Amino acid sequence: MKRSPIRLLRPALACLLLVVASAFASPAPTPLPKDSVYQLPLPLTDQHGRTTDWRQHRGQPQVVAMFYTSCQYICPLIVDSGKAVEHALTPAEQAKLGILLISMDPKRDTPAALMAVAKKRDLDAARWSLASPRANDVRSAAGVLGVRYRQLADGEFNHTSVLVLLDRDGRIVARTEKIGSVVDPEFIAIVRRVVARR
Amino acid sequence: MRRVAALLLLALPVAGVIAGGAAWVKVPGGSFRTALKYEDGKGTTARIAPFVMHKRPVTNAEFLAFVQAHPQWRRDRVATIFADARYLSQWPTSNALRKDDAQASQPVVNVSWFAAHAYCESQGARLPTWREWEYVAAADETRRDARKDPAWRERILGWYSRPASGPLPRAGLQTPDAYGVQDLHGLVWEWTDDFSSLLVSGDNRVQGDADKQKYCGAGALSMDDRENYAVLMRVAMLSSLEARDTTSSLGFRCAKNIP
Repeated sequence: MKRSPIRLLRPALACLLLVVASAFASPAPTPLPKDSVYQLPLPLTDQHGRTTDWRQHRGQPQVVAMFYTSCQYICPLIVDSGKAVEHALTPAEQAKLGILLISMDPKRDTPAALMAVAKKRDLDAARWSLASPRANDVRSAAGVLGVRYRQLADGEFNHTSVLVLLDRDGRIVARTEKIGSVVDPEFIAIVRRVVARR
Repeated sequence: MRRVAALLLLALPVAGVIAGGAAWVKVPGGSFRTALKYEDGKGTTARIAPFVMHKRPVTNAEFLAFVQAHPQWRRDRVATIFADARYLSQWPTSNALRKDDAQASQPVVNVSWFAAHAYCESQGARLPTWREWEYVAAADETRRDARKDPAWRERILGWYSRPASGPLPRAGLQTPDAYGVQDLHGLVWEWTDDFSSLLVSGDNRVQGDADKQKYCGAGALSMDDRENYAVLMRVAMLSSLEARDTTSSLGFRCAKNIP
């Protein structure tokens, strides 16, 4: 049987089409910078019960802090800090920033516990993600973020309280340990600069 | 039932060697009073569950084998978020050891917590906790808890006071302690899994006045136990480190739970 030249060419054409299509659909992602916190694989389960790696936040600057929901004293202040950052920004700036609170107490911080805080504090789900890592990943997450913590006998934690600003590639560009409803103006200034970057 | 299990554990040879790679030592559980005094005053005495621990620190040769199997941990490829610029700087190249000396059997140093953590994970193991490390490091050659002996303390402090300029001795040369573990003192400092739970604030180190705002709840360490100065020096050192830091006198060994 004689094959038409078109028929012979068909696989090659298909390949060509695929290459062209993929080039248009998704440009090859640039490799992560070596100093990006997203070098650490970190699956997080958020207040909606969705589990995704924190790399999904790549592309949008993030203010990140570690906390836990049963904390009485400092952790509400961490939420206050996130809100203060939010309020210092224009709506257009707000839309370009994510706020990510990572639990150091994944055993107790189930999606329901995280959602309860999000509701109680009226946190905009478009911007705020409250999420728990796997128990074995907490120490590594704290490691890349420069957070120290210790669980106490009564289940509470001691921890350093810090807001970390990540650029769109997950590089740490600023941090502040001034926590509460009045946030470090220098930190806010850097947040504005980073969300303004194209 | 629990008592039977405990008896069985006691009956096991203390320095039982588990096959494969570096030697492991079984450490029986016990009740242990830590030298750390936390402000919350809780948990100074704890039950240590039985575990296994590397007999000696991980060597350059062992770490090179890991780096060759996991090239993302080569010093020329490692993500800088995981290791600082000194990482493995004692090696002549990113992929080989010096051939003309004892480097292969020296303990690996200039490793970050992330690298040590990844190494242990690759061995199906983990880093020891601070409590486990302190528990085993309380022993001398004959006693499981030699901490009350001034001569033992003097010996450790003597090592601290020697300058660290000469070449590192090989790992595994010192007499095993009462558990059969070597080199916990007198060779290198070692990472623990929970090094970042040792909360000593800068202020606290200087004047015993913790920056309360810095920690959620009361609970910084107080460093007032002069009798355990040797242990507290380790804590002060570990508490000053970030997980990506490396130093020329800091290595590690791994541990495992007993299933």
